[in-house]
Amino acid sequence: MTELTELSLDQMMLSLRVGDFSSRELTSAFLARIEQLEPRLHAFITLTPELALEQAQQADQRLACWRSDPGEELPVLLGIPLVVKDVLCVSGIRCTCGSRILENFVPVFNASAVERLLAAGMVVLGKSNTDEFAMGSSTENSAFGATRNPWNLAHVPGGSSGGSAAAVAAGLTPLALGTDTGGSVRQPASFCGVTGIKPSYGRVSRYGLIAYGSSLDSVGVLGRSACEIAKAFSIMAGHDPLDATSINTPLAEINLSLSVEQVLRGLRIGVPEQYFISGIQPEVEKAVRQAICTLENNGAQVSAVSLPYTEYALPVYYLIAPAEASANLARYDGIRYGPRSAAEAMWEIFRKTRGEKFGAEVKRRIMLGTYALSAGYYDAYYGQAQKVRTLIKQDFENAFASVDVIAAPVAPSTAFRLGEHTDDPLAMYLEDVFTLPANLAGVPGIAFPVGFDQQGLPVGMQLMGPHCREELLFQVAQAFQQITDWHLRKPNV
Amino acid sequence: MSLSLPEVEHIAELARLELSKKEKERYREQLSAILEYAARLRELDTSGIPPTSSMLPAGNVLRPDLPRPGLPPETLMRNAPQVQDGQFRVPKILDPD
Repeated sequence: MTELTELSLDQMMLSLRVGDFSSRELTSAFLARIEQLEPRLHAFITLTPELALEQAQQADQRLACWRSDPGEELPVLLGIPLVVKDVLCVSGIRCTCGSRILENFVPVFNASAVERLLAAGMVVLGKSNTDEFAMGSSTENSAFGATRNPWNLAHVPGGSSGGSAAAVAAGLTPLALGTDTGGSVRQPASFCGVTGIKPSYGRVSRYGLIAYGSSLDSVGVLGRSACEIAKAFSIMAGHDPLDATSINTPLAEINLSLSVEQVLRGLRIGVPEQYFISGIQPEVEKAVRQAICTLENNGAQVSAVSLPYTEYALPVYYLIAPAEASANLARYDGIRYGPRSAAEAMWEIFRKTRGEKFGAEVKRRIMLGTYALSAGYYDAYYGQAQKVRTLIKQDFENAFASVDVIAAPVAPSTAFRLGEHTDDPLAMYLEDVFTLPANLAGVPGIAFPVGFDQQGLPVGMQLMGPHCREELLFQVAQAFQQITDWHLRKPNV
Repeated sequence: MSLSLPEVEHIAELARLELSKKEKERYREQLSAILEYAARLRELDTSGIPPTSSMLPAGNVLRPDLPRPGLPPETLMRNAPQVQDGQFRVPKILDPD
């Protein structure tokens, strides 16, 4: 039955409707493949086979009702399996955030993004591995062990949504939820050769997403292709009264039936010189430039744009995100949830629980953020970072006055080896140099494969668009995927 | 930008983190390097530039203050490490002396 896992999402949706196979059979096929490959990949923190089969059975009942009376319209993703990054709450299923401090935490409600997908009849296979509290670029910071890249098990899958990206790449699920605070959907998508969207800030509700950097966090989705992830995005996105930062801007229709010519003819693509810096892996630059050429040869107008403050995005991010994290993670004190370290006094409980249960990177960022916010340093660090953030945001506003989308590499290199950067936090942070600006500016970005390096590791490109213009990104990425077949290549795990 | 050990200890205390001697030394080095890198932000003249704290237009988000059903207390307490009489149990906070 494993061949069911090879089908495209459209084929799965169609087959479920006509009854070629049931959601239970489809779900079982994915569970069997997970059982076979998970020992090698470690893409999951928690598997939920019982829940999945129960949800699949419910989907099958809805499908059976519909077949006998097709009047009612079915949700498009009814009965389709889904993996959820372990920072998003699924009611009744342990949610660890890759941390010992939440190793026994069982949420009592669903994240809004999850709630909408479950209401649409999706089936949860499990919770995917992540860097602790989504802080990392390799998934090596998970307290439950690192995930491996399906293209080469000695390499990282990227992070922090590395479990989700690896699961999609290895065919363990058609779709997986991720979150992107500084590149955590796009960079692992790039490293694993899959497609991932980081929506505009505020586009998808953060309710039930365990917070890292609240002004930067966004909930996204990964899959094989732009047209596949667009289906999940359309369900997840939209205003949610439970998140005060959820935006009300109506969703534009994502028109995936446009021809390549209709999408690309006259489309203005900007190429920022600041994203082709020295030190970028030559094969990455070559593949991305070739992809831009492909778009140009099919009707797009390519021009240079300048995002002059790009080089400051990294220091800005690594002050603002840790500052927000230090405040958000103050809630983990061993009192209301999570394990409690033994101590006589209240303050001792706080210090010990946090000192013992947080991992090295989380403690590093809490320390950094606490320093940046502390009396005497606030203006020089946090305050200055917020002002430079304004300049970075203006960079994008200026660029989007003359182009429709911006095309750039996702990361300076392809997937690095496990352990390569673990002793040097700054070197690890530099992996995020091309993804951070979109988070600081709040604009959407989509990453997708555009080639491979000589080691056979995928190269990704990202398209960034103006705030709330996700539909444009989906359409352009889909046009590219109609011309090329990089997204159809699969690793031999 | 180089942090001293007492500075690291002060930050750890503000953040309520118990750190080992080895951790303090490692964070002293690593945080110094990161702050050194971040110091390049001071190259920029930002006088007259307003700070950005959110990508969304500033303004309150209000809703009618109406009673509605919530989750039962026992559900909400389910994750607590120590519970007594429906409340979080903690050691004494105030010293009677």
